[in-house]
Amino acid sequence: MPELAAEPRTPVPALACRDLIVGYGARVVLDQVSVEIPGGSWTAIVGPNGSGKSTLLRALAGLLVPRDGTVRLQGRRLGDWRRRERAQRLAWLAQTPGATDLTAREVVALGRFAHGGWLAHRDVDDDAAIDRAMRATGSQRWAGRRVSTLSGGERQRVHLARVLAVEAAVLLLDEPTAHLDPPHQEDVVRLLRSQAQGCGVAVLSAIHDLSLALTADRLIVLGEDGLVGQGTVREALRADWLSQAFRRRIDVVDHDGAWLWRPAVDGAPDG
Amino acid sequence: MSAARPSFVTAVVDDAAVHRLPLARWFGTCLAVTLLLTLGGLLVGTSSVTTSIHWLFAPNAETSLVLWQIRLPRTIGAWCVGALLGLAGAIAQGVFRNPLAEPYLLGTASGAALGVTIALLASGASIGALAWAAQLGLTGAAVVGAAVAIVLTLALARGVLQTSNLLLSGIVVGFLLSAITSLLLLAKPQLWRTLQVFLLGTTGFLGWRSTGLLAVVLLVCALPATLLSRGLDALTLGEDTARSLGLSLPVLRLALLGIVALATAAVVGEVGVVGFVGLVAPHLARETLSVNHRHLLIASPLCGGALLQAADLVSRWIVRPAELPVGAVTACVGGAYLAFLLWRRTRDA
Repeated sequence: MPELAAEPRTPVPALACRDLIVGYGARVVLDQVSVEIPGGSWTAIVGPNGSGKSTLLRALAGLLVPRDGTVRLQGRRLGDWRRRERAQRLAWLAQTPGATDLTAREVVALGRFAHGGWLAHRDVDDDAAIDRAMRATGSQRWAGRRVSTLSGGERQRVHLARVLAVEAAVLLLDEPTAHLDPPHQEDVVRLLRSQAQGCGVAVLSAIHDLSLALTADRLIVLGEDGLVGQGTVREALRADWLSQAFRRRIDVVDHDGAWLWRPAVDGAPDG
Repeated sequence: MSAARPSFVTAVVDDAAVHRLPLARWFGTCLAVTLLLTLGGLLVGTSSVTTSIHWLFAPNAETSLVLWQIRLPRTIGAWCVGALLGLAGAIAQGVFRNPLAEPYLLGTASGAALGVTIALLASGASIGALAWAAQLGLTGAAVVGAAVAIVLTLALARGVLQTSNLLLSGIVVGFLLSAITSLLLLAKPQLWRTLQVFLLGTTGFLGWRSTGLLAVVLLVCALPATLLSRGLDALTLGEDTARSLGLSLPVLRLALLGIVALATAAVVGEVGVVGFVGLVAPHLARETLSVNHRHLLIASPLCGGALLQAADLVSRWIVRPAELPVGAVTACVGGAYLAFLLWRRTRDA
């Protein structure tokens, strides 16, 4: 540990945005949202449909140009990074990754694009990273198959492997557990946690399944009117952010040490 | 083989079927077919095949002129045209992520037709214009017309940011330039026949000079295209994912569409508007070979080359001693093949 400064200096977050305003056409989806994603922890974004989970992820990934506000990756503005260097540090997984006629291994190998570029042929490091990523997601079994012939869940794991193969410091994942059955959802959750805690990666994922999201380290809670709160899961529960975000339609209960959600007993009808 | 095969084995077997031919065998077959077609190109003509074989083994000055200065450059030139169209088609389908994209979608065909029409009109108009047209040639006029069409399309789409805008602009520019051509032809209907030969595409005028030029353009187009193949692979995952991988889409698109433009302009200039090869060749390659774009950008030109050589042979054979325009043959064969693909897809679905 470095020497203790008199004034405790907060470490630069792996990824942060400040006063972010993002919209499509006349509609403003995110209005002055500021979040920080620390390295070494898994943060889940939760919120009702249309609250802007995907939009936030896309803006943080630099895929949407915000109307105002800044996104900083490792303290440096997103636009100041060189394209290739940024892609080495920040990996993004789409909500519905497309079908392609490439084989699973070729798709995972594309995760190494930022490391090699146009002319460079894949080297030993790249192959090792691809193998590691495919093993970690259990997708090496269909390495030689066309992705378009795989099931939704298999496809999802191939794309997850592609994101892991980047070996980025920040992972932005839009619904990484979609299309997966419960045991495989659990595998993914374990994988995300090990990436965060074992490798010091900042993992940010939008997660639909609240009970799954409640196993994360931190939560970013989005409501229909913007950011409700961000912090550890415990803080989120103490401040009751979830039931605010979901208009008091849900309760979170402690079930033998695991947080589970259920419909609110005294829930007000919607609208 | 046991009867109760575990399911993953069937899955692997199914996939092997998807993989089609192994790479080496595919390229071997393709090479053999191309050589056979080249031989066919030498032997088929107004004289009978047996006479041609005699010529081959007992040449005199006249027959060797026919074989080596007329038939050979023509069949090799046809291969180059097909290869250029196959390459441009594969790139266009990759850039637009659309299996129906084809080389002429930037409006090049209509632009070239307009260029030729203007050149024909001008050459009849005055002595000065005649000299100018002779200098530039119909080939030059076609290339200029194609280039103007591309510039118009890019300007109308305001660059290469939106592929859907590009597609629409290509269609609009195509219609616009065709309309102008039609209006001009109303003034001079006797030009219509000359233009028709050009619009259908013909390999009849290909000599060594044209063939050499086409070969150079093919090299100039194919080398950078294969270098950019990883970008096309990344694009199959979707535009956002490609960007997140560190790709600059505008640069990639501009480079690739530049290649498409150069290839189609050269083809249109030398042989006119040969349709369907650029659309069918990539499909043929994908049907018979498991492909990423590194392989596709080699396989599709090979397919296109063989296809056009075959079409050229048919165009010479079918109404001997007269000839059909090669574009008419490619349209028939290509249309039938696409109909077959569509039929199979709807049957499987």
